Amino acid sequence: MDNENRREGIFGMANPGRFGIERVAYWLMRLSGLGLLAYFVAHIYETSTILRGRAGWDDFLALTQTTEGHIVLAIVIAMCVFHTVNGIRVMLGHGGVGVGKPARPDYPYDPASQNYRHKIGIYSAIILAAIAMMYGLAVMFGE
Amino acid sequence: MAQVSSIANEQTSTPLSSPKTILLRISRYNPEHDESSRFMEFDVPYQRWTTVLEAILEVKKHFDHSVAVRYSCRQATCGSCGMIINGKPRLACFTKISELNSEVVTVEPMNNFPIIRDLAVKFEKLFESHQKIKPYLVRDDTELETDQKEFLQSPEEVEQYIQFANCIKCGLCNSACPTMATDSSFVGPQALAQAYRYVADSRDKGKDSRLKIIDDSHGIWRCHFAGSCSQVCPKGVDPAMGIQLLRGYLLGFRS
Repeated sequence: MDNENRREGIFGMANPGRFGIERVAYWLMRLSGLGLLAYFVAHIYETSTILRGRAGWDDFLALTQTTEGHIVLAIVIAMCVFHTVNGIRVMLGHGGVGVGKPARPDYPYDPASQNYRHKIGIYSAIILAAIAMMYGLAVMFGE
Repeated sequence: MAQVSSIANEQTSTPLSSPKTILLRISRYNPEHDESSRFMEFDVPYQRWTTVLEAILEVKKHFDHSVAVRYSCRQATCGSCGMIINGKPRLACFTKISELNSEVVTVEPMNNFPIIRDLAVKFEKLFESHQKIKPYLVRDDTELETDQKEFLQSPEEVEQYIQFANCIKCGLCNSACPTMATDSSFVGPQALAQAYRYVADSRDKGKDSRLKIIDDSHGIWRCHFAGSCSQVCPKGVDPAMGIQLLRGYLLGFRS
């Protein structure tokens, strides 16, 4: 923390603990985005190995056939599903869908933009990501 | 003057008496000679109705008068006493100790604002951003100069913006905003909510110029709808909603 400017920086941005499920979704969105970016780079490197012929391609692909490789791919599946579903929710919100209508607020001021529709969207993204990850693990580890 | 002085002396010599006490942890930091902030702890008696601001003032009266805190109205109207209380941005005058359900109350200056000293922060950036979005009704001068013109509105038209007119410029939304934590140039939820307040006002004619101001790389597009600003607003303003609705104008969904 920068004392004089009191800037929380990256840790403050990512802190999921204080502001409910919406901040958790914000945090997971960034984390999954960075994860998918890393996967994208790795994927480009992976496909480039074909330039070394069939042996090079098979060598690299063998990495994904290990236990660690399966776990990484399962996490990629979860990140992909969460990022997609939550991204649709956020895009709808950015278009003004599901954020409520302006009205005179009554105490205790439950913000209309933090309504059950968006909470359902966030929980759906998390649950679907978990299901997809478990299905992926079942396919990869199942005989 | 002598009478005022004697009243002040009487007040300062009468500490709150209560069997219940909390441990009040106050962040102390003076940019002029401190390298880092530190916490000072005080056992403060409190009643069911005691606010955090009253507890801080109790410390100033009886333990350490050098604690720097800004406050004014004590009724959640002026927006002066915003601070981080037990990790969340709140108004100290609007937060009762009893509602925090904690034996320890930690108070710190608001995040994303430069510190003046201890709990007091600078508001220059917030007011600059606020002024930048033209927080007033834009009309032709000729319309304003004639005293025969009335700008009538229907109740439905008032509903479109009245919620956003409740903003007291306390800065809690900017303090909670995760984008403000990393982008010092971001205009912030307070100013964006105020931009919506005037854009949605049927009497206003400055929509295009305001939209041009916020249609910037550090403007409205930096908001990622975390919603923390709306969760901490003590007046029910809901900046997150205002920002998303404002985007509707820029994206052509609203006119």
